[in-house]
Amino acid sequence: MPALLVLEDGTTFRGEGFGAGGTTFGEVVFNTALSGYQEVVTDPSYRRQLVTMTYPHQGNYGVNRDDAESHTVQASGLIVREVSRTTSNHRSEESLDGYLARHGVVGISEVDTRRLTRRIRSVGAMRAGISTEILDADELVDRVRQSPGMEGADLATGAGTTEPYDAPAEGDARFRVVAYDFGMKRNILRLLTGAGCDVRVVPATTDPDDVLAHEPDGVFLSNGPGDPAAVKHGIAAIGRLLQEQTPLFGICLGHQLLGRAVGAQTYKMTFGHRGANQPVRNLASGQVEVTSHNHGFAVATESLPGDGPFGAVEQTHVNLNDDVNEGLRCRDVPAFSVQYHPEAAPGPHDARYLFADFVSLMEGAR
Amino acid sequence: MPKRDDIESILILGSGPIVIGQACEFDYSGVQACKALRREGYRVILVNSNPATIMTDPDVADATYVEPLQAAFVEKVIAAERPDALLPTLGGQTGLNVGLELAESGVLAQYGVELIGAGVDAIRVAEDRRLFSEAMAEIGLDVAAAVRATSVEEAQAFAQEHGFPLLVRASFTLGGAGSGMAHDQASFDRLVAEGIAASPIGEVQVDESLLGWKEYELEVMRDHADNCVVICSIENLDAMGVHTGDSITVAPAQTLTDVEYQQMRDAAFAVMRRVGVATGGSNVQFAVNPATGRQVVVEMNPRVSRSSALASKATGFPIAKIAALLAVGYTLDEIPNDITRETLAAFEPVIDYVVTKIPRFAFEKFPTADRELTTRMKSVGEVMAIGRTFKESVGKALRSLEDGTIGFTGQAGDLDDDALREALRIPHERRLLDVDAALTRGWDPAEVAQLTGYDPWFVDQLLQIVEIRREVRSCETLRNVDATLLRRAKRVGLSDAVLAAVLHTTEAAVRQRRREQGVVPVFKTVDTCSAEFQAHTPYHYSTYEEETEVEVSGRPTVVILGSGPNRIGQGIEFDYCCVHAVLALREAGFDTVMVNCNPETVSTDYDTADRLYFEPLTLEDVLAVTDVEAAGDLRGVLVQFGGQTPLKLAHALAEAGVPILGTPPEAIDRAEDRGRFGAILDQLGIPQPPGAVARSLDEAVTTAQRIGFPVLVRPSYVLGGRAMEIVYDTDHMHDWLERNAGEGDVLVDKFLESAVEVDVDAVFDGSEVFVGGVMEHIEEAGVHSGDSACVLPPYTLGRGQQHRLRDYTAAIAEALGTRGLINIQYAIRDDVIHVLEANPRASRTTPFVSKATGVPLAKVAARVMTGATLAQLRDEGLLPPVDGITGPEPGHVAVKEAVLPFNRFQGVDTMLGPEMRSTGEVMGIDTDFGVAYAKSQAGTNAMVLPAKGTVFVSIANRDKRAMIFPVKRLVELGFEVMATQGTAETLRRAGVQARLVHKVHEGTPTIVDHIAAGEVDLVLNTPSGSTGTRVDGYEIRTAAVSHGVPCITTLSGILAAIQGIEGLRENKVGVRSLQDYHAELAALRLSTHPH
Repeated sequence: MPALLVLEDGTTFRGEGFGAGGTTFGEVVFNTALSGYQEVVTDPSYRRQLVTMTYPHQGNYGVNRDDAESHTVQASGLIVREVSRTTSNHRSEESLDGYLARHGVVGISEVDTRRLTRRIRSVGAMRAGISTEILDADELVDRVRQSPGMEGADLATGAGTTEPYDAPAEGDARFRVVAYDFGMKRNILRLLTGAGCDVRVVPATTDPDDVLAHEPDGVFLSNGPGDPAAVKHGIAAIGRLLQEQTPLFGICLGHQLLGRAVGAQTYKMTFGHRGANQPVRNLASGQVEVTSHNHGFAVATESLPGDGPFGAVEQTHVNLNDDVNEGLRCRDVPAFSVQYHPEAAPGPHDARYLFADFVSLMEGAR
Repeated sequence: MPKRDDIESILILGSGPIVIGQACEFDYSGVQACKALRREGYRVILVNSNPATIMTDPDVADATYVEPLQAAFVEKVIAAERPDALLPTLGGQTGLNVGLELAESGVLAQYGVELIGAGVDAIRVAEDRRLFSEAMAEIGLDVAAAVRATSVEEAQAFAQEHGFPLLVRASFTLGGAGSGMAHDQASFDRLVAEGIAASPIGEVQVDESLLGWKEYELEVMRDHADNCVVICSIENLDAMGVHTGDSITVAPAQTLTDVEYQQMRDAAFAVMRRVGVATGGSNVQFAVNPATGRQVVVEMNPRVSRSSALASKATGFPIAKIAALLAVGYTLDEIPNDITRETLAAFEPVIDYVVTKIPRFAFEKFPTADRELTTRMKSVGEVMAIGRTFKESVGKALRSLEDGTIGFTGQAGDLDDDALREALRIPHERRLLDVDAALTRGWDPAEVAQLTGYDPWFVDQLLQIVEIRREVRSCETLRNVDATLLRRAKRVGLSDAVLAAVLHTTEAAVRQRRREQGVVPVFKTVDTCSAEFQAHTPYHYSTYEEETEVEVSGRPTVVILGSGPNRIGQGIEFDYCCVHAVLALREAGFDTVMVNCNPETVSTDYDTADRLYFEPLTLEDVLAVTDVEAAGDLRGVLVQFGGQTPLKLAHALAEAGVPILGTPPEAIDRAEDRGRFGAILDQLGIPQPPGAVARSLDEAVTTAQRIGFPVLVRPSYVLGGRAMEIVYDTDHMHDWLERNAGEGDVLVDKFLESAVEVDVDAVFDGSEVFVGGVMEHIEEAGVHSGDSACVLPPYTLGRGQQHRLRDYTAAIAEALGTRGLINIQYAIRDDVIHVLEANPRASRTTPFVSKATGVPLAKVAARVMTGATLAQLRDEGLLPPVDGITGPEPGHVAVKEAVLPFNRFQGVDTMLGPEMRSTGEVMGIDTDFGVAYAKSQAGTNAMVLPAKGTVFVSIANRDKRAMIFPVKRLVELGFEVMATQGTAETLRRAGVQARLVHKVHEGTPTIVDHIAAGEVDLVLNTPSGSTGTRVDGYEIRTAAVSHGVPCITTLSGILAAIQGIEGLRENKVGVRSLQDYHAELAALRLSTHPH
């Protein structure tokens, strides 16, 4: 099945369709992780994105029930050099091809993904489209140019649960935590419950007073897709929680929302960070953590306020490659967050200590 | 934290000669480390006995000691240089063992030398299998059940508990020596006994079998701030049971989920921390049960390794360089990433291509060796290839091997299905091709996976190649293959040669068709980051994609073709020459382009040449490079430096319109075609042994009869003397012809018995010759020059003879029309100089000559080939005013000795002959010949001469007379003599009392038993021509090799050894740096020939 991929700047790639047939649009981004495609495509933060995996072989070990980060395939499309027609792993239940087809997601293979990546690196992440139906490049480019962009898009509202639910702690329940679900990855929930937290997961638009009524020891702000600036209700809710001195921990979008709530600015990066090899320095310990990333927006370091609505905010983590802010901590209220993914999935486990830090923060606030 | 300023000088240990299990990867890592540490301002002192290395170039370290890598010699270097620190993790197992020994014996403490990189405790835990297992248990990691035993009985108890198969490994050995898989009681008992003998501490470990489990390696680094990163993951195609050095391996890991991979990553860091490697690189090996995913730690190496060299080449991350910087106190986040420049070494490389390594074996040299691949490493080299998919990379790797394989052809000789099934089950050198054959026959991939233990994913990849090849085949003719199919075929790595074979056409026709259809490769870049950042290092590989990333410059450009995989007859010497050519031309203002496929080498370091193409050295792949480079100012290709590999391509490249620099292809032909070469010699009036080219079996026999036995026979166009033999009579001739039928023309030459053989390495610029050196062989003519020891300057040749050699060399070079290096072998008998052969290319001895004389011959040659004259180079100061013959005799003697792999191939005769079998070489250098010779023997590690003890003598009849005085001398030196009947009688008549011992067939205890019991310190055994004593000698020589007793098999070798023993006993063995020797020689030249 021939397939076409075009970028908004007119760059064209021809390949073979896999997964579902059809036409799909989104922001084209690349991820450099060598393994973990199942976690990537099921991560809600990839909503409305066409994900290019830079490693050429994808699908080798199949797909299984345990490694999905949400209930479905979240990415709008997948771009690969080669998709495996066989799967080999003792846990494999399904091929990547079949998995995408079952979830109605379009994939394209046989693409010179390195050429594509170099294009994204030099021009920046941009709108793109994949189609097995429209094989005329000009026509597809036109359609791409009509599709919505990422900036200003509130994709987080609706990426997560629509109804609150409870996830009980593993072992003794030591803390009561409310998690704002902007598209939360399953492994975050696993690590929170594993750290002794009874977690109530609530929709992105939940009123903070309802959260406070639950008398949580802490509130978690999840990852999620889209532009943080557009998630106005989330930013407002965080402000209310900070007024109450509620211990807060945010990851990825949660970090950006916390940043905005305490008075910092966010901005769209050229092509972002997506991969499992990003070096981040923990400024307190000096250690370098190799970390999992997935963000196209970031908090502007210079905008972290010395004296903002919630007092002073300091940078705690920084990306060694490009000095982008990767973490912040409020000095005057009990809140901290990181831009990257300590829950990994996929990626290294170097930053798992942050879940323990959240526990300490909640303990300290008692 | 910045680098340490409390240390000023650092001692680095190399790994010594190339042996199986330790090849040029340690030259690569050592050079990186030396360069990095000197750039930081440290004084670097180096010890390495291998003269063919770049690291022993006098400008790589501040003080370079070409001395044996033994604690006693290194101690002398420490006493002379008083270094502040010793970095033992760059010289392989050899360097690590010597470092450990010096630490444990208190030498380091005595001289206040700090061990950096890995501490004594860390080395012990990593090396000692029981301590390691205990340490793993402590941190909760799974390992195979195991027991340590120092006797067969102890081991048997464990076998009863766990059943077979069981893995037996000797403690503290290299590359799996003394290891094997026992499938039953008998093989178990034998392996345990052998392992105990092979282990320096007399101990084996017996492990639960992980046979058939998937095997993985992680290359990890750690700094003193406890930052840890994985540089590369590697998955073995061959399951557990085959030594990782003998396995086909792939990077990155292909069949692990991220969950499993992260579990492995966590475990690798835990291992490194628990073992206590404070800084540097380590390699951690894992086995994974494919049915359950259970992971166990197999072992770890607390040092750079062959795998780390592979990982460096596979990712572009220079592990050894970074390890050296970490050892002096830097942290990963303080070191820049050379390739991206804007990022740091504190990250994990990601790649957007697949790397495949295939080992290169040399079983053709050891026909009696067991070819089954086991836990004991047998390969002599390796190739690496880069492709966008596994299919592409494995196809490229296969055609890089240069073992006659053109790629996946689907043929498996004439194996029937049963034989093929067996060939799939038992790991061996060509199993990948057997898999191709089975899939071509339509076998179920699941069955193939089950038989081979290859993961089904890999088998499916191979099946895809088979399917596309089948589509191509069904087109029947090239014309019927459209551009789409041609492109698909190239995208799965099928070579032009395979397509030509499938379509019954020529490679040239396929190439032309491809070009017409626009099916040409592009070149992408190895950049550590999958294009996330811009790369500044032009390290490229070809692939069939849409965008090329090569940026040619406008500067004059020269392509240097490398030497491909290490094998016997072609090894590091040629890589040394290639690197020198690159360095010389870079300095002279050229843009240099390197093409090579050997990941162990310095030539494939991304900062050696201006552009590196990691590609197979086949016509197809080299032309792809020259096509791209032709966009710039491409001046031509150098084929002289990489041995036979590039030389074989010279004609085809010239025909394709690529300029060949230096010696033109016609001149190469004139030298290699025996008829034409003979005619040239006749014309010049230079003698040669009578001989002829025989075109049939009958002709070979009649030629031999005409010129008289003994004769030297060999197939034409060979390197390393493959199948070359001295034939003594007609029966023997028939026997040889039968064994070597079908090799084409046969060269039959009169063999000059007891002649002195001489090698001359020279450079000719078209009008003038520069003789680098004259090397006199210690063994008589008949032993392959690569296997025989040689001395520079020659120790028995007169000045007159040397000048005649110089005149002959110049005349031959001129008559052939060479430009650049030429190596000529001569045999001198009765003061007549005969020419044996001329090789218009770099020789194996080029680096040895350069180290012995301080003249960079390969650099000079590269300049000459690109237009400079010797006179110009003298003016520049690259050449001294006088050459190796016109100049003064140096004040020192250099001896080159070959290192033979007999201890790896049990049951292979150790007798030297015209077929080359050595893997490497060492150099001994001293002012005294005897001491230089003794050092050369000590440097090989297998042949350490004893200063006293018992010598066993068994001599062929023709040598008995000549043996009397040497044996008497040994008695004077205090040796006790042991001999068999005949030799003992001869000696008794000459007044030497010898203890009589039984021959092998005379009943126990035989001489073999005495050797096994450790009662013999030196074996002198010259084999005779007749078969009976040959067999007896074979048993003796084999016993000596397996028990590490030096065994000398030639008369002249024995004489040299006695001088060596005298040198040792007089205790005048000192050490001195190469820089000192060279400075002294330069001053001597200046005093005798002032400008």
